[in-house]
Amino acid sequence: MQTRQPMPNEYSIDVQNLTKKFGAFTAVNEISFNTKKGEIFGFLGANGAGKSTAMKMLCGLLVPSSGQATVASFDINKESEKVKKRIGYMSQKFSLYQDLTARENIRFFGGIYGLSNKQIKEKTDELMERLHLTDFANTQVGDLPLGWKQKLAFSVAVFHGPEIVFLDEPTGGVDPVTRREFWEMIYATAKLGTTIFVTTHYMDESEYCDRVSIMVDGRIEALGSPKELKAKYHVKSMDELFLQLARPETVKIF
Amino acid sequence: MIQIHGISKSFGNVVALQDINIEVQEGEIFGLIGPDGSGKTTLIRILTTLLLPDSGTATVMGLDVVKEYKNLRRVFGYMPGRFSLYEDLTVEENLELFASIFGTTVEANYHLIEDIYKQIEPFKSRRAGKLSGGMKQKLALSCAMIHQPKVIFLDEPTTGVDPVSRQEFWKMLKSLKKHGISIFVSTPYMDEASLCDRIALIQDGKLLSIDTPTAIVGQYEKEVYAIVSNKKHELLQDLRRYKDVESAFLFGSHIHYSDQKVSFDPRELIQYLEQLGHGEIEVDKIEPTIEDCFLALMGNANKTADA
Repeated sequence: MQTRQPMPNEYSIDVQNLTKKFGAFTAVNEISFNTKKGEIFGFLGANGAGKSTAMKMLCGLLVPSSGQATVASFDINKESEKVKKRIGYMSQKFSLYQDLTARENIRFFGGIYGLSNKQIKEKTDELMERLHLTDFANTQVGDLPLGWKQKLAFSVAVFHGPEIVFLDEPTGGVDPVTRREFWEMIYATAKLGTTIFVTTHYMDESEYCDRVSIMVDGRIEALGSPKELKAKYHVKSMDELFLQLARPETVKIF
Repeated sequence: MIQIHGISKSFGNVVALQDINIEVQEGEIFGLIGPDGSGKTTLIRILTTLLLPDSGTATVMGLDVVKEYKNLRRVFGYMPGRFSLYEDLTVEENLELFASIFGTTVEANYHLIEDIYKQIEPFKSRRAGKLSGGMKQKLALSCAMIHQPKVIFLDEPTTGVDPVSRQEFWKMLKSLKKHGISIFVSTPYMDEASLCDRIALIQDGKLLSIDTPTAIVGQYEKEVYAIVSNKKHELLQDLRRYKDVESAFLFGSHIHYSDQKVSFDPRELIQYLEQLGHGEIEVDKIEPTIEDCFLALMGNANKTADA
């Protein structure tokens, strides 16, 4: 089969041999992968496998030691400021300002991403309604339940219509109902063409992704759809696969 | 070992705990399972004498958590949710500090922590702040155990930890149980429920259920079917629109479906899905998981609250 050269812009993220070294330690070791428009891509790995370092490079926050990557067609080495404008980001640790209200947070982030006051105002009301947050629009975010906060944070991260949104463990600690509602929001956003790049420690959530990669010691050890990977490694669940790859000697007890 | 009677606690207008009743037996691994904000940490702080309840009483090893807090503090072990050892002391110094605070020595109780501590012993001169997440966890557990407590409280020891390290941690707990230590552990991970002897499911400060994991699963009233088709993203919405749907939730690669009718016929559902263009449909009856139970109990609790 002939390999086809990708057209420019075909991939929302295109990574080739990306590497990051800290002194003698190689945190990310020549990883290569790409994501398509509207794809939900799960980026898995044990703590310390190099996920956060890789993600920081893709968000333009950390300069790679070697290798190439384009994010939203911009080179992360040369055009990191342009990359930052075309992506959204949320994590469990930092997402919103706790002492601003929901409305103020939206205005703040909308302003940062260069939306006009008119655009912000129109979209804010629509968003508040969609999240059933209208009654709480003027409540400080710190006083909202975690699940609402996370849904609001996600909405803020995609507010400026980014091509890719990076989600770093977005559902940690969230109750089972809200966790599922959150994934339904992810599906809806992906359907509109936004690429979702997501890390999670919940292996059932990795099944919701179109494709996943599993990082072990700085390298991508496995890459494919959950179905393909389970068939390839002869395992029943992603949990089993993760344990097999991440620490083969660990015996399964769940 | 632990007795909790009618404990309630509010912070301003927020009801953190509402009439909590739990008894934990000697040598038991008891799991408090619920999402963030459900009241787990508040309950553990009351039991570890760090917070006063508004009403109700609780005793740990027969000592009242309010009246006898001074004596009680000497006898239990506690691992808080946030890493709370001294980051600028070494591994060894932290352990020795905790031993001396409780008037004992590392040598006297080394046998208790040996299995855990020997994994981090090669790094004993490293500062605690420079340890990896998994190693910090092992050190924190060693420090909580060094005075040979009969009961130990662990507040979300596995939160944010990857699946591999979570397994290792639960193995350590199983080995502590062998020493006859009662373990009171909280977690947001439903799949850890099956590793506990008994569990309490908690949501919004109220207990939804308290029993052995097997009994809780046994009390689940509906039959659960795992359904999959080739139109993964549409399947959930289509199932929720089905005429007799009770509930439909995403569960990894499948959707867990319960029907309102006792006389549910999967063939009828398959026909409905086929008409909507689904192919490769599989409908299998399965045993419900703790998470299925939690979702159903949460649904019931919300219905009662709305009524």
